[in-house]
Amino acid sequence: MLQVLDCAVRFALASRHARKLPMTDSPPMIRMKDVDKHFGPLHVLRAIDLKVDRGQVVVVLGPSGSGKSTLCRTINRLEPIDSGVIEVDGQALPDEGKALAGLRADVGMVFQSFNLFAHKTILDNVTLAPCKVRRSKKGEAEKQAMELLDRVGIANQSDKYPAQLSGGQQQRAAIARALAMRPKIMLFDEPTSALDPEMVNEVLDVMTTLARDGMTMLVVTHEMGFARKAANRVVFMDAGEIVEDAPPDEFFTAPRSDRAKDFLGKILTH
Amino acid sequence: MSVLLDNLDLFIRGFLGTIQLFVIAAIGSLVVGGVLAAMRVSPVPFLRGAGMTYVNIVRNTPLTLVLFFFAFAWNRLDIVTLPFFALAASGLIVYTAAFVCEVLRSGVNTVPVGQAEASRALGLNFGLTLSQVVMPQALRAVVPPLVSVEIALLKNTTIAAGFSVVEAGSIIPSLSERGYNVLVGGLWVALGFVILVVPLTLLQRYLERRWRVAR
Repeated sequence: MLQVLDCAVRFALASRHARKLPMTDSPPMIRMKDVDKHFGPLHVLRAIDLKVDRGQVVVVLGPSGSGKSTLCRTINRLEPIDSGVIEVDGQALPDEGKALAGLRADVGMVFQSFNLFAHKTILDNVTLAPCKVRRSKKGEAEKQAMELLDRVGIANQSDKYPAQLSGGQQQRAAIARALAMRPKIMLFDEPTSALDPEMVNEVLDVMTTLARDGMTMLVVTHEMGFARKAANRVVFMDAGEIVEDAPPDEFFTAPRSDRAKDFLGKILTH
Repeated sequence: MSVLLDNLDLFIRGFLGTIQLFVIAAIGSLVVGGVLAAMRVSPVPFLRGAGMTYVNIVRNTPLTLVLFFFAFAWNRLDIVTLPFFALAASGLIVYTAAFVCEVLRSGVNTVPVGQAEASRALGLNFGLTLSQVVMPQALRAVVPPLVSVEIALLKNTTIAAGFSVVEAGSIIPSLSERGYNVLVGGLWVALGFVILVVPLTLLQRYLERRWRVAR
């Protein structure tokens, strides 16, 4: 079973490289230029430059407090920035309002703490935004939701409330909820950090499949295995800066900066 | 017993008036209080300020004063001339809405910020986030204090009797006019209120039980 999966992953990776994304004329899905942000006196993002091309999977690594979650949250403007430019699919992030809501509808986000709507069933969690924002008909939205829940393996939990599910199931429901908006990009903000160890893989499997299907993803995580097998690039952050940006093989085997070496030394030695 | 039976017409008319006034004022106070709470948590500074000003002016102003204003001053302002019943209802709504607003707002504070973030991240605007995600959960958290506010409103309706609105509070003066024992009459009125409170308590218990699973 594992071999089959491994085989599939290898094949997916090979085909990903073979596709050689993207076309030169299409703008990058995410472009950040000279982005700075402070929390009071704390300089959390320093002159961030980052491009994520269509279909790419970028994993953001770094010690805690390095600004990686903040970086992820600036892309749909859950955290406003002090200066710089952020563009999503060629469009600059608008101010808070209708246009921003429209852009957020196209950018899926998965949180560390799942944030499923506690008073709604799993099915209603998934159909809420399609019905209210996209104005889908209820029947259609439910059909699509059930397909998505089936894809993430929890179709049989659709009538339950979030609190009745395990962490891994909740996070998969949250991924289905984000996918229901048919987003162009998926942002993952430490999606497995709040999970018991035995539930991490069920979430990573869903994410790996998603990556294989060509979704543009930016993933903040501590899961090195996921970074190795599903990422096109690893971005390493420390103290609010992007210190390294390299393909995973290169980053894990031959990190260039001392900070990355130090970080990898700490997490890989035991 | 004869106090009650001899004056049954009085009691029935009085309590019907109370129920009418209560139902209208309760619905009104929930609506106005809901709008005020939405204003106070909105991202628009002007709305926040307006909501805060309202609550700070109205909250705990003696209800008699608020009703005095509506009974004697309002119709002189020449905006809309209203009958006493509508004036009494308005006064009760204005007064109670401030409490409802603050109760709902404390409920909003119990909803984890991640709930609103997830909602915004899905593309829901402020109004949808509030009405679909935050308020329903806030409401679940504040059922007991909210019912208390509405029970207080029910009992506050008696003050409207002072402004020629026929309700349970006007039973006692009428009894005294008819020459009956006012003390006994008062006890019957009190019992009437106890009975009126029962359905509200049951509603509270029902809502608490029904919404308990959601957490």
